[in-house]
Amino acid sequence: MEIPRHWRLKKQRYALVGEVCPHCDYKIFPPRDVCPNCGDEAKTLYTFSGRGEVFSYTTIYEAPTGFDSMAPYTVALIKLEEGPMVTAQLTDLGDQPVEIGMPVEMVTRKMRNDGDERGVIVYGYKFRRRV
Amino acid sequence: MTNNTLLKPSRPVGIVGYGAYVPRYRIPAKEIARVWAGGKASGLPVKEKAVPGLDEDVITMSIEAARNAMARAQIAPSQLRAIWVGSESHPYAVKPTSTVVGEAIGAVPHIQAGDWEFACKAGTEAMVAAMGFVGSGMAEYAMAIGMDTAQGKPGDALEYTAAAGGAAFVIGPAENSLAVINASYSYVTDTPDFWRREYQRYPEHGVRFTGEPAYFNHITSSAKTLMQELGLTAKDYTWAVFHQPNTKFPQRAAQMLGFTPEQIAPGLLVPLIGNTYSGASIIGLTAILDIARPGDRILLASFGSGAGSDAFDIVVTEKILERAGLATRTQEYIARRTEIDYATYARFRDKITMK
Ligand SMILES: [Zn+2]
Repeated sequence: MEIPRHWRLKKQRYALVGEVCPHCDYKIFPPRDVCPNCGDEAKTLYTFSGRGEVFSYTTIYEAPTGFDSMAPYTVALIKLEEGPMVTAQLTDLGDQPVEIGMPVEMVTRKMRNDGDERGVIVYGYKFRRRV
Repeated sequence: MTNNTLLKPSRPVGIVGYGAYVPRYRIPAKEIARVWAGGKASGLPVKEKAVPGLDEDVITMSIEAARNAMARAQIAPSQLRAIWVGSESHPYAVKPTSTVVGEAIGAVPHIQAGDWEFACKAGTEAMVAAMGFVGSGMAEYAMAIGMDTAQGKPGDALEYTAAAGGAAFVIGPAENSLAVINASYSYVTDTPDFWRREYQRYPEHGVRFTGEPAYFNHITSSAKTLMQELGLTAKDYTWAVFHQPNTKFPQRAAQMLGFTPEQIAPGLLVPLIGNTYSGASIIGLTAILDIARPGDRILLASFGSGAGSDAFDIVVTEKILERAGLATRTQEYIARRTEIDYATYARFRDKITMK
């Protein structure tokens, strides 16, 4: 059970809330309070648009514990419109193939159950082909 | 002059933003009939129904509809003073859906939040409450959601229709509304047509009891009284939308009330997405708003087993023109379609038990 961690990360996980550097306007995700661009303190919250494109991807057939009920699934590196790269699952793929450069948008989905069906349900960002 | 029948807030209210959600998977009714009814192809209640993916539930679906409603409302999340979610398939037995939705759209912590339950009319009940909340002046904006991932017992008649989807509405002052809600009226009795006891996975229904005494009596009583009290008839309306548990019930209710097939056509989504329970009448309303013109008058009548019906008189304003295009339209969600077979459906809906 990792309830405190899930709780602490909920804002960034539910809605892609990161940070923006007040000195150089660099957009930061995940939030780290220090700007990777200019090295200054950056604690201003910033909600990302959720739009981006697929930079690279792979399909997971042997999923780690907690994710096995959703296998097989595709994990991708997503280049966000605002700059940062995030790793996330792709969802709602249906029967269409994934392509590098495919425009995607963020959705909030079930990630897994913490523990078994009695545990807390963990929600977080995934990306899907833009509707 | 006070009207003791209608619910009419002293401060005029309306729909400031609306948003729909339909998951992308579809199972055709004939595929269900292939498994359970020897391939019987006639007399099926819908063409197909929407099925949620493995990572979807009422919380994730409500978040997406809420985001669409906020995109159209063009207000800050902090301006919402309530998030109320009506459903009969909340993911938790104890732990609110509404707090997760509120967190995801950035509307917490200065907010009322709660989950509503009244079979298929929990969402419209939340809308009536939101009208009162805004109409009293206590709140500037309140969000009401009706959303379900309905479960049909394998092989039961309801399995053909029990579907997933719904809608969210930001209710606010009439002057900032894309559609003004002039009044509502609710008709409620104790009627045992459909129920689910605690710890039971699938609902039970009173088979022959579901039609006349339940659905038709309540929905026509609410709609008729609303129109009478407002001095209106079916001819005064551009569009009408009713709770739609199957294709025939809303068609017949419309006919009994004097509405034409054309008036209900854009809101009649059940043949293509199934019965979305708490979402069924209001997602029809979103499809109507997507195509509505300023001045259009809409009758909305929900139905919830147990039983009751909420009827609303709605008039579209000029603001629809600038807001309808600000989020994904309902028909775009319906067009986004991947057909699945019964085996995939059984996996997606957790009908295969491993222990
Ligand atoms: Zn910086």
